[in-house]
Amino acid sequence: MAKKFICEQCGQTFEAASMPDKCPICGANASKIKEVKSKGVNTNSNVYTVLYASVMVIIVAFLLAFVASALKQTQEANVANDTKGQILSALGYDKATIDVAAVYAEKVQDNVFEAGELKPYDGNFNTTYGGLIKNGELHVFTATTAEGELAYVLPVVGRGLWGGLWGYIAVNETKDKVLGTYFYHESETAGLGARIGEKWFQDQFIGKPIFGAEGEVALTVTKAGAAQSEFEVDGVTGATLTSNGVAAMVKDGLTAYKDFLGGAAAECPSKAGCPNKGMCPNEGGCPDEGGCQGCPKACEQTDVEQ
Amino acid sequence: MSKLFSDENKAAFTNPLNLNNPITVQVLGICSALAVTSQLKPAIVMGLSVTVITAFSNVIISLLRKTIPNRIRIIVQLVVVAALVTIVSQLLKAYVYDVSVQLSVYVGLIITNCILMGRLEAFAMQNAPWPSFLDGIGNGLGYAAILVIVGFFRELFGFGTLFGYQVIPQALYDAGYQNNGMMVMPAMSLIIVGLVIWAHRAYNKES
Repeated sequence: MAKKFICEQCGQTFEAASMPDKCPICGANASKIKEVKSKGVNTNSNVYTVLYASVMVIIVAFLLAFVASALKQTQEANVANDTKGQILSALGYDKATIDVAAVYAEKVQDNVFEAGELKPYDGNFNTTYGGLIKNGELHVFTATTAEGELAYVLPVVGRGLWGGLWGYIAVNETKDKVLGTYFYHESETAGLGARIGEKWFQDQFIGKPIFGAEGEVALTVTKAGAAQSEFEVDGVTGATLTSNGVAAMVKDGLTAYKDFLGGAAAECPSKAGCPNKGMCPNEGGCPDEGGCQGCPKACEQTDVEQ
Repeated sequence: MSKLFSDENKAAFTNPLNLNNPITVQVLGICSALAVTSQLKPAIVMGLSVTVITAFSNVIISLLRKTIPNRIRIIVQLVVVAALVTIVSQLLKAYVYDVSVQLSVYVGLIITNCILMGRLEAFAMQNAPWPSFLDGIGNGLGYAAILVIVGFFRELFGFGTLFGYQVIPQALYDAGYQNNGMMVMPAMSLIIVGLVIWAHRAYNKES
């Protein structure tokens, strides 16, 4: 770095890499030449350090606040659009290739499950459902799948290894089978836990029954490669904790919607009863059409009077 | 132009690719090398993200280097890196949402990556912006190269795939071949990094 020198004989200043032998302007010898110390502040002083830190923090804070507020609307629109895409994804649409907003508007209806029935929801579209489910505001999306079937999409929320998980589970019209799922995560490990966001994992759930014989949510995720019964789905290799998180999320999430999922069956005991113990939705059928759809449990519990 | 690509500047760029590789020689950024190398795709994404962020934070710190108080220089570096990463991720979220979803997992890993801090402290604090920029790119690519090597082996032997496509033929599985579950575990990437360092040292014996 060039230093600045002044020659006391001629009064001129000049720059050089190091102290020269003589002044390049008037030729005076080295004793007349003095180095000019730049008047720069002492960057080690306390005052400078504190000022520097304060100014830096203010600038950075302002910058971040400005960026965040300037981009907020665009980001929220993106998030809403992506959430709609995730719901469509659970229904078997490929969100990368369709016009998400248009397909959503055409195929999906946002409802709230209240006092045993679905009521159309006309507030602003929500992008997170954890808090809503906790407060008892249960959203159910009525929709048609890519194959044209009627389906109900339920949002579920859980915890993985590092952060939150969420997902959308599409169930069929009789509310006893999964038609499709979509899962995603905040910060699971890339290449391991993050693979729950991949299609192969989500597609394993298609066609799985939800309720076991006791009427509990039996659908679950096992260790990778260990899935055996019809209720089990393979987890992700090397991501046991994330897989467990998904299992818990599916169980808790669907349990929260139990009133909705088992809603139709609640009527069963009050009817004349099911002649075909525990088999009502599948074989023989309930005498009352649609009376006990999707609810083997209610039929078992009721002491059937023939 | 010739000054822009002088020997010194070239060295700033090429050294970290080989003789002064951030992972195998400087032994920086090991923990993120464990985290994202179980498959090739995240390894490449992480490598490129670190390259970009290292280059630009190097430039910013290099521009500020004469004003930064010595005693709080690490804090200043950290603030610059964190602010830069946050702003970039906000911009991505607003304008290329899909990319931001892909990268959201890496944001935390990038901010805390020792390569960034290491290069800021070792190079950008003493050098002009342009060489610092080249140093950042060079170190980022050197880092990416090792991640890709590790990711290649882990994905090939751990899943039998590359970039998610099946590479090992089904016939081999039928003959009794099995994917190596160890490869999927983070510990295995340390072992592979160790083997890479061995090969690298053996090849560059004289240095």
